[in-house]
Amino acid sequence: MRLGLVFSEVGSGLKRNLSMVVSVVLVTFISLTFVGTAVLLQMQINQMKGYWYDRAQVAVYLCTDTDTTGNCTGAKATTGQKDQIEAQLQSSTLKPYIQRSYFETQQQAYERFKKQFADSPATEFVQPSYLNETFWVNLKDPSQADVLKESLSNQAGVQSVVDQRGYLQPIFSVLNAASYTAIGIAVLMLIAAVLLIATTIRLSAFSRRRELGIMRLVGASNRFIQTPFILEGVIAALVGSVLAGGAIVLIVKVFVRGYLAENFASTPFVGMSETYFVVPLLIVIGAVLAALSANVAIRRYLKV
Amino acid sequence: MIRFDEVSKFYAGNPRPALNGISLEILKGEFVFLVGASGSGKSSFLRLVLKEEKPSKGQIHVLGQRLGTLSSRKVPYFRRNLGVVFQDFRLLPQKSVFDNVAFTLQVIGKSRGYIQEAVPDVLKMVGLAGKAQRLPHELSGGEQQRVAIARAIVNRPAILLADEPTGNLDPSTSAGIMTLLDRINASGTTVLMATHDAGIVDQMQRRVIELSGGNVIRDERSGGYQTQAVPIQAVGIDRLGVDADSPGAGTPSGIPTPPEPRLDPDSVATHSVPTWGADK
Repeated sequence: MRLGLVFSEVGSGLKRNLSMVVSVVLVTFISLTFVGTAVLLQMQINQMKGYWYDRAQVAVYLCTDTDTTGNCTGAKATTGQKDQIEAQLQSSTLKPYIQRSYFETQQQAYERFKKQFADSPATEFVQPSYLNETFWVNLKDPSQADVLKESLSNQAGVQSVVDQRGYLQPIFSVLNAASYTAIGIAVLMLIAAVLLIATTIRLSAFSRRRELGIMRLVGASNRFIQTPFILEGVIAALVGSVLAGGAIVLIVKVFVRGYLAENFASTPFVGMSETYFVVPLLIVIGAVLAALSANVAIRRYLKV
Repeated sequence: MIRFDEVSKFYAGNPRPALNGISLEILKGEFVFLVGASGSGKSSFLRLVLKEEKPSKGQIHVLGQRLGTLSSRKVPYFRRNLGVVFQDFRLLPQKSVFDNVAFTLQVIGKSRGYIQEAVPDVLKMVGLAGKAQRLPHELSGGEQQRVAIARAIVNRPAILLADEPTGNLDPSTSAGIMTLLDRINASGTTVLMATHDAGIVDQMQRRVIELSGGNVIRDERSGGYQTQAVPIQAVGIDRLGVDADSPGAGTPSGIPTPPEPRLDPDSVATHSVPTWGADK
């Protein structure tokens, strides 16, 4: 009986304020889509960081015949110098940080170069002797590359010590900026959504103020009075968040998996499992925000 | 049933109290008229009983509950024991007579079966049997007030508050409403009615509480609209004189506050005058 009454109140409220309800749906839809995108972008960044940082190595480039940068003096690193570096890598100070290290000769470097730049005309001019002999080092913790840099940069025969993570940093900065932008827009839109829900509920309560006055007079409990209004806000917001969830699923399915993952096969991308985590999150955010703002908006009409 | 202990009510921005330290008690089953000029505090009194307002000072007990300590969550449950009727009926225009009365029961969670039984009963009692499916605007003023009364008593409240229930009605319709209220009172409900209708008060001869400027200036068993102790003409002439000669005579600053104005013929005569003039 009471439940039926509550739902008929909700229905009539939604019908009466249809245009406001539609705007609530649209605003929550857009704002939660941005929230979802931002969350997925952060997940994407973390995933890529994990993937690439694991593969990121520290390169200890040795001098070539023509090099005069770093510690080089235009002479190729000698076998003695190489042995010294090798010994340092094996020493008790560096050993605990290092997972794996190997030496790359000029010939090996040339093969890799040719493979990497197969389409480029540069391969024709490059001789193996132009390329650095290199100690490739995989660290147990990629963030501790500075230790290696400090102890090896000043060694004779070392041209430079380069942490490959440095090359990735700009990419992550761009992605981070994008996700922060998305979050910023999402927050603004969410504020708009919350205010819009509050306004809608106030309008709805105002158009029913006669009923509300009588309800209060005859002793309807506060819960009974406010439930229809809160439900009204929550339903409108839920429709919006379900739409946003649908949009997120669509974006991941069609754009990320269907396009990005196909064309950039070497990069890991967020998939459906992440999406299925984000969609319920959006729905919960939408429902909770709507319930809270409707609750605050209706409170004025409950004062006794 | 209703007890006021030294209750004062000030509204923000107005130094004059709407009620000024009044104490009185209304017993179970009484029929009480609350009379006095507009602005004398009748409506404030009723609003305090309903706990729509909090008193600025003093204690109010209604139905054995101290209203000051009643948490706002419990106010709705407290109000279920009170019925209220207004001058402007306050019916829901898009609901039928039956639905207007049933609405009260629905919102406090009564079962459908109970509503189906209680509503026709109460409509019959107020004399609206057969008009259950009409809309309020199809009814006369008297009938609309009967719907409002039916709505107020359908939950069998212990107290019925009526704020000028006959204010919008002609004398014969008013008499009908009063007969109904009398019948409700006879069945054990305490009735507290604020009114300006001298004819009704004089005819009913029930307890009369007269307010003036927030003070109780008369509390009489079986009283009339004007006190019996002072000649009615004298007061009437006094009032006319003030009105005609010096419209500004009753500015609030000129009012002497009576310390114990109750049932004293002299103070009735002197203090009712400035209030009359001060009435805005």
